[in-house]
Amino acid sequence: MLTYVGRRLLAVVPVLFGVTLAVFSMLFLVPGDPVKIMLAEFVTTPDQVARMRAQLHLDEPVLHQYGRFVGNALRGDLGMSIRSRRPVATEIGENLGSTGRLALASMVVAIALGVPLGLIAALGRNSWLDVAAMGVALLGVAMPSFWLGFLLIFVFSLHLGWLPATGGGDLPHLVMPAVALGTIAAAIIARLTRSSMLEVLGQDYVRTARAKGLGGFAVVVRHALRNALIPVVTVFGLQFGNLLAGAVIVETVFSRPGLGRLIVGAILSKDFPLVQGTVLFVATAYVLINVVVDMAYAYVDPRIRIG
Amino acid sequence: MTSAAALVRQRGAMLGLLILAALVAVAAPWLAARDPIRTAAREALQPPGARFLLGSDQFGRDVGSRVVYGARVSLLVGVISVSIAVALGAPLGLVSGYYGGRLDALIMRVMDVLLAFPGILLALAIVSVLSPGLGNVMIAVGLSAVPGYARLVRATVLAAREHLYVEAARALGGRDGGILVRDILPNVVAPLIVTATLGLGGAILSAAALSFLGLGSQPPQPEWGRMLSEGRDYLREAWWISTFPGLGILLTVLAMNLVGDGLRDVLDPRLKT
Repeated sequence: MLTYVGRRLLAVVPVLFGVTLAVFSMLFLVPGDPVKIMLAEFVTTPDQVARMRAQLHLDEPVLHQYGRFVGNALRGDLGMSIRSRRPVATEIGENLGSTGRLALASMVVAIALGVPLGLIAALGRNSWLDVAAMGVALLGVAMPSFWLGFLLIFVFSLHLGWLPATGGGDLPHLVMPAVALGTIAAAIIARLTRSSMLEVLGQDYVRTARAKGLGGFAVVVRHALRNALIPVVTVFGLQFGNLLAGAVIVETVFSRPGLGRLIVGAILSKDFPLVQGTVLFVATAYVLINVVVDMAYAYVDPRIRIG
Repeated sequence: MTSAAALVRQRGAMLGLLILAALVAVAAPWLAARDPIRTAAREALQPPGARFLLGSDQFGRDVGSRVVYGARVSLLVGVISVSIAVALGAPLGLVSGYYGGRLDALIMRVMDVLLAFPGILLALAIVSVLSPGLGNVMIAVGLSAVPGYARLVRATVLAAREHLYVEAARALGGRDGGILVRDILPNVVAPLIVTATLGLGGAILSAAALSFLGLGSQPPQPEWGRMLSEGRDYLREAWWISTFPGLGILLTVLAMNLVGDGLRDVLDPRLKT
């Protein structure tokens, strides 16, 4: 296990190096002068442009700039936002909690809907239950989260008045965003659970358990489901990343504070340091979360760490 | 049984094709009864009825006509985005899989880095570099799908390279270029078609999302994601403004996925999960 952990951690280093390089180069890939674009809305003197250039260290050799970028990032310094004139790291810190809660709640929704749906479909293979469950999953995959959000607001806020339509905060504010965001992941988990469950139900050990006279429920839950969920665990990391990125859209729908709103606002106002910092943060978090998921997977399934 | 006959037997795929055909038919210009951009303040926020089949928006524009034009925009955006992804990803995967070695390692490490940006984040980053707009959204959505195609093609090539007929072609003195095109490329076509069809739906969803955020299509162009965000403040008084474009996205993506699933079952059953 330890060698596996070491190997996996080592493999992350070049990826993270590439991520910093990609995010760093964003400023150089912008067509035109990034400083002039950032300051486009203001009336500026050449002196101010030069000062901004110096502030962003754009007047130094590129290698120096990159070294400074990585060094600062490692110390938690992601530069200054141009609009708010506050440290990017502070802005991220203030918005992280809200997005983190949303992503976690969406994951809970995805599992709570997806696993039972897949289970029902597998147990009733080819029956109308299967067709219905997989039909729901098909719709879920094709559903734009922003539209689902609107429908939820329309029904539960405007008509029934049960839940607040917008804003961040306590649990009632979290329910609809989590459902809107978690639905696609739920559909993917449902399809995966179904196919994985069907495979496991055909295995010898399930037949043995049945032959021992165990009841249907015990066989399904204790013998089949536990093994069927192993491949499902692997998509958690991937799906968590999708949820983190999907928060961009859902936070806008529900006017909820968070990293997503932060990044969209930064893009629209050409606040490049804030865009770079947030993108770098989310990508790094995603890579590290996947390492943790891989390790959990290796822990659950010994075949992984040997192979 | 030919592939076409097998596809006809797929009920889901047929349903998907039917929806797509309806969409394309509906997207024809003569069906949009009114100019989708012309505003008429006095006819704002009319509910669906005889005058406006799907209602009118806050500027008095016909929602039905805008949804119809939006279908064209979305289909075009999907096809162009996926074409960009395939045109870049497939050659990278071919070269990477066939030659192997350092070139393969380099290409795949670059792809790993691109895959480190989850979901729509890579497209967002690319749009922020290129500046918002529908054209740049197509580039961004296309580029962010490149690693998926490169990896798929590489994996297929790695398997195909081991076939005896490839070895035979090489033993007969065939050149790399010829072997790649004649012997290996045909193996790649089926999974590529399936993945690209399934990718169309995803591309349309991503592009609509970016337009919804205000980073894609700019007003007054009728685009589904944009229309949804414009109807946002009128959810209470005029549900139809944002409901019909959303339905358009859902149906289009659903149709693409159904067709893709059907194609996969027929052309490449191994891909089935």
